[in-house]
Amino acid sequence: MHSSETAAPAAVEVAAVVTGERSSPLQTRPRTIKLSTGDYVLRGISYVTVSLFALFCALPFVLIISASLSSESAVVRDGFGLLPRGFTLTAYEYIFKAPRQIIGSYVVTVTMTTVGTAIGLFVIAMTGFALYRKDFRFRNYISFFIYFTTLFSAGLAPTFLWVARDLGLRGSYLAVFLQLLMTPWLIILMKNFMRTVPYEIIESGKVDGAGDFRIFSQLTLPMMKPALATIGLFLALGYWNEWYLSSLYLGSSVEFKPLQYHLYNLINTANALRNSVAGSNVSITDLPSNTLKMASAVVATGPILLLYPFVQKYFVTGITVGAVKG
Amino acid sequence: MDSKVLLLMCLPAVAFFVVFNYAPLPGIWIAFTNFNYRDGIFGSPFVGLQNFEFLIRSGQLWLLTRNTILYNLAFIVLGNILQISLAIMLNEIRMKYFKKVAQTLMFLPYFISVVLIGVIAFNLLNYDTGALNALIVQTGGDPIKIYSIAGAWPFIIVLVHLWQSTGYGSIVYFAAIMGIDKSLFEAAAIDGASAWQRIRYIILPSLKPTFIILLLFSLGGIMHGNFGLFWNLVGNNATLYQTTDIIETAVYRMVMSQNNFTTSTAVGLYQSIFGFTLVMLANWFVRRMNKDYALF
Repeated sequence: MHSSETAAPAAVEVAAVVTGERSSPLQTRPRTIKLSTGDYVLRGISYVTVSLFALFCALPFVLIISASLSSESAVVRDGFGLLPRGFTLTAYEYIFKAPRQIIGSYVVTVTMTTVGTAIGLFVIAMTGFALYRKDFRFRNYISFFIYFTTLFSAGLAPTFLWVARDLGLRGSYLAVFLQLLMTPWLIILMKNFMRTVPYEIIESGKVDGAGDFRIFSQLTLPMMKPALATIGLFLALGYWNEWYLSSLYLGSSVEFKPLQYHLYNLINTANALRNSVAGSNVSITDLPSNTLKMASAVVATGPILLLYPFVQKYFVTGITVGAVKG
Repeated sequence: MDSKVLLLMCLPAVAFFVVFNYAPLPGIWIAFTNFNYRDGIFGSPFVGLQNFEFLIRSGQLWLLTRNTILYNLAFIVLGNILQISLAIMLNEIRMKYFKKVAQTLMFLPYFISVVLIGVIAFNLLNYDTGALNALIVQTGGDPIKIYSIAGAWPFIIVLVHLWQSTGYGSIVYFAAIMGIDKSLFEAAAIDGASAWQRIRYIILPSLKPTFIILLLFSLGGIMHGNFGLFWNLVGNNATLYQTTDIIETAVYRMVMSQNNFTTSTAVGLYQSIFGFTLVMLANWFVRRMNKDYALF
């Protein structure tokens, strides 16, 4: 054992020479540990398994894209494949030949997402700030009041009757828009994030005679950018992926359905596909119905996937900060 | 002390939860009535526990409870095993770029809409053009009508759930591994510990608190199913109900296609009370273990 202890510093020097790095001792330290055969086996298994799992996660996306670029006749004959069968853009041409439906859906979803995220974020930040303040008398009552809704709920049927009938929101975009504005979990997440702001900032604001709202908007908010990004992304994702509330409250009573609900209908209703592309003058048998479903899925998902690599780190922050208690 | 401004700042959120979560609560009364639109919630005839009796006698309540709990148990057990394994393996990856690309791909399924998951299932599994059947035919087999084999769906649903959530779920465990004191690993290496010993005696013990807390909370939520996933995979396919119907899908169907508000409210109330008790129990256990992690 003693020999390996004395060998370690030498290895640091060797490693530094070999790699030509002048890194701090903290960074080079793990490399000095001599790897046993078992370590190499574990590392090998890890690389192979992680690669395979990552491919397994990506595979369905390849399938959908390939299918959207396939020709309908080839798909009917041979089925969907991992690579496009008889490469063609026909399905996309159908969508963009009569783009009214898809553009309408995009406008609805983009509007809801941007406005809803902005308003929701503001309300959540304000609430999180107030609940974080130790000198706020009603702090615990309000926290519990919000948290209780996750423990016990009226259930789907009473909520549906209340919102659709008593509030009169059946067939209104508001039924969808309002209900997605906030969740108890996001408020708790915001409160957890607030802990990163030193309490002295608030104290100093108070000493300087600033009101509570000014302390919030001018001192706290600028320091909360990572929190706002993270929670904003969860809100935006909620709006973008929304189909459930639309199916309950909108049904077929609006001309332009939110994007994912539009897609849901294309997949699950036989006539929706025909209505969505070129009006009713196209015979259902002429439609490239299989590939059209896949192309619609690509069009409805596209933007969020392009954005995803840039925002990914905030989701990681979200789950690690959110994993502590509220 | 003056809290007026702070109270005002909470007002929009409080109003939100009053309107959308507290105001519908009296509607639970529907569970004890023979509800009709004309007489409204409190004017409809009172029937006592008749709605619940019907649910129990028809065996539906038992079927829904069984399916919901069994699916969640499978998700919890397999999910945690895979998430921990994946986190340990990610920790072995040294190439930064490789790790980043792998993680990007692994988190991806968690962020797409469940509707797209339904599209993917259709692409893979449908009888006429499904990729899986295409493969079977190519290799000389006969195509399978997957959407009418009830026995296959527990496996499909569990697989899809794991596909969707393992990558994202591994983050918590990975963060816990990253938080382990590095000197422990050095000491182990100096003492000649094998890779397996390092996992067995350093990594797994330090994941134990995280694991137990996540486990307790997921057990607390065992009465609540992932509606979007089940509905987009199975939907209105009655041949599969025996093995795929969970509380959420049954309630949704009762409301949407049968306009049945009484039975659905009764099922919802049963789920809320059962679920509430379980969360309370879970929280009590967590509190006994470590006060800091208790929810309240």
